[in-house]
Amino acid sequence: MDLTLFMYLIPSLIMFGCGVYGFITRKNMIAIMISLELMLNSVDINFVVFNRYLFPGQMDGMFFSLFAIAIAAAETALALAIIINVFRIAKNVDINQITKLKF
Amino acid sequence: MMDYSQFLLMPQEIGLLLVFLLVFIYDTFMPERTQRYMPVFTVIMMALYTIYCFCFPAATGEAFGGMFESNAPTWVMKNILNVGVVLVLLQAVKWTNSDFVSVRRGEFYELTLLTLLGMFLMISARHFLLFVIGLETASLPVAALAAFEKRYYESHEAAAKYIFTAIFSSAIFLLGISFVYGMSGSLYFKDIATALIGNHSALLIASLAFVIAGVGFKLSLVPFHLWTADVYQGAPTAVTSYLSVISKGAAAFSFLVILAQVFGAAYSQVWEWMLYAVIVLTITLGNLFAIRQRNLKRFLAFSSISQAGYIMLGIIAVNVMGMSSMIYYVLVYIFSNVAAFGVIAAIERQTGRVTMDDYNGLFKTNPWLAFTMMLAMFSLGGIPPFAGFFSKFFIFVGACHQGSVAIYALVLIALVNTIISLYYYLLVVKAMFLRQDDCVIPKFQSHWTERAGLILCVLGIIFIGLLSCIYTYINGAVDAISSMFAMIQ
Repeated sequence: MDLTLFMYLIPSLIMFGCGVYGFITRKNMIAIMISLELMLNSVDINFVVFNRYLFPGQMDGMFFSLFAIAIAAAETALALAIIINVFRIAKNVDINQITKLKF
Repeated sequence: MMDYSQFLLMPQEIGLLLVFLLVFIYDTFMPERTQRYMPVFTVIMMALYTIYCFCFPAATGEAFGGMFESNAPTWVMKNILNVGVVLVLLQAVKWTNSDFVSVRRGEFYELTLLTLLGMFLMISARHFLLFVIGLETASLPVAALAAFEKRYYESHEAAAKYIFTAIFSSAIFLLGISFVYGMSGSLYFKDIATALIGNHSALLIASLAFVIAGVGFKLSLVPFHLWTADVYQGAPTAVTSYLSVISKGAAAFSFLVILAQVFGAAYSQVWEWMLYAVIVLTITLGNLFAIRQRNLKRFLAFSSISQAGYIMLGIIAVNVMGMSSMIYYVLVYIFSNVAAFGVIAAIERQTGRVTMDDYNGLFKTNPWLAFTMMLAMFSLGGIPPFAGFFSKFFIFVGACHQGSVAIYALVLIALVNTIISLYYYLLVVKAMFLRQDDCVIPKFQSHWTERAGLILCVLGIIFIGLLSCIYTYINGAVDAISSMFAMIQ
C-alpha cells in the first residue's frame, strides 16, 4: 500500500489537536509542557512531509524542521528551569495554585 | 566560496554584537570592585553605538541569498529601538545596583542586548527561517528576564505564564507557516507572495488566521492578550517597560512586513476583515479593562493593549503613510511609556508602592515626578501639543488614506475610544494633583540616572511632535520602498 500525503497530515493534525487540548485542560505544569512539545513536533512532521511529497527537489522544509527542533529544545529547557523555580518557591506545580496575579 | 562583503549590509547587528561582547567581557573579567560601574558602562556603550548608527546609514540591499534585507525603513526602525533600549537601560541602572539584584546584574544587560539582536533579525528577515529564529531569540530571554526578581513569587508566576503562552503562540505560528510552505513550496517572502497570487482557498485563510494569532500573542492583541496584564504586573518594572515598548515595536514592524509582502494579494479578500475585528476588540476591551485597574503596572498593561490596537491601524492602512505613521507612533509610544514606567520604577524602588491610591497627593511631595507622569499620561491619551496627539493624528490620517467606508468607521471607533482612554489616563493625574491622603509618598531624591532618563523622555514627549522634520524624515525613508505595497489588492 502506498502512503499518501494525507496519511501523514491527518495524524500530525490530530497530534496538534491533542496538544491544544492538553494545554487547555491539564493542571500540572509538566503535563502542559508535554502538550506543547506535541504541538511543536506535529509542526515538524508537517514540514518534512510537505517537503518529501510536494517539493522533493529541495530541502527547505527539512532544514526548517531541524531548526524548529533546536528551538523547541531551547524552549523546553527554559520552561523547565522556570517550573523548577516556581516549585522551589511555591512547593507546587499545579496551575490551580499559581493564581496570585489575576484581575 | 562565500562572499564576506555581505556582512557590510548588517552594521547594526554587528555593532550590537560588539556592544554585547564588550559588556560580557566587562562582566566576566573585570575585578569585583569595578562591577558597580558596569550598568553605566553598558549605557554609555549603547548610547555611542546608537549615535554611530544614526550618523552612518547602512547600505541597502539583500544578503545571504535574499534572507536578510537592509533598507531605509529597517534602518530607521532599528535606530528607534536603539533609542528606546538606551532609555530603558538608563532607568534600570539604580535597580540593577540594588542589594538583591546586583549579583546577577550582568545577565540583565546581556539578555536585554541579545533580545534586541533577535528583534533586529525579525525586522530584517525576508525568509521565514530567519524570522522564526529572530522571533524566538526575541521572546525566550524575556521569560528569563521576567523571573529576574528571584525573591518574589510574583516574578516566577509571571515568567511561567509568559513562557507557556509564548511557546503556545509560536507553535500556532509555526503551524500556519507549515501550511504556507505546503501551498507555495518556498520560505522566501517574495516567492511565497508570487505563488499565492489569486489563491483564496480555505487553507490560506486558516494559515493566515494561525499567523495572525501567533504574532498577535507577541503584540498582545485581543483575544490573545490574557497573559499581558499578569506578566506586566509580576515582572520587574525595567523588564515590563522593555517588554511593553521595544518588543511591541519590533513585532508590529515585522507583522506589517509579513502581511504586506507575503500575503499582500489576499488583503481585501482575507486579512483586512480579520484585522478589522481584532483592532475593534483590542482598542475597546483594552480601554474598558484599564478603567477598573488599581495597580498602575496592570493599568499600563491594559493601556498598552489598547495602544497596540492603534498601532495596528497603521498596518491595516497598508500604504506608505500608514507605515510611516506606525513607525512614528512607536517612537512616540516609546518615549511616553518609558516615562510612565520610569516614574513607577523610581517610586517602587523607593517605597515599594504601585497602586493608584498610593499616588494621592504626589504633587505636594514630589512635584517633578508628578509632572513627568502627567506629561506621559497626556501624551498616551493624545492631548495636543504633546507628541501623542500628533502620532494619533497621523495614524488616523494614514488609515483614512486607504479610502474605504469600513475603514472610516474603524477610525471613528478608534476616536471614540480615545475619549474613553482620556478618562482613565486623567484618573492618574487627578490622584496626583487633586486628591489628598494621610500617608502620602514622602519626598525623596531619585538617582541621577533615573532623572536623566526621565528628562530625556520629557524632552522627547514635548519636541518629537513639534519638530516636523522627524515625521518627514521617517516618511522619506518609507517612501523609498513604496513598491512593497504594490502587491496589495
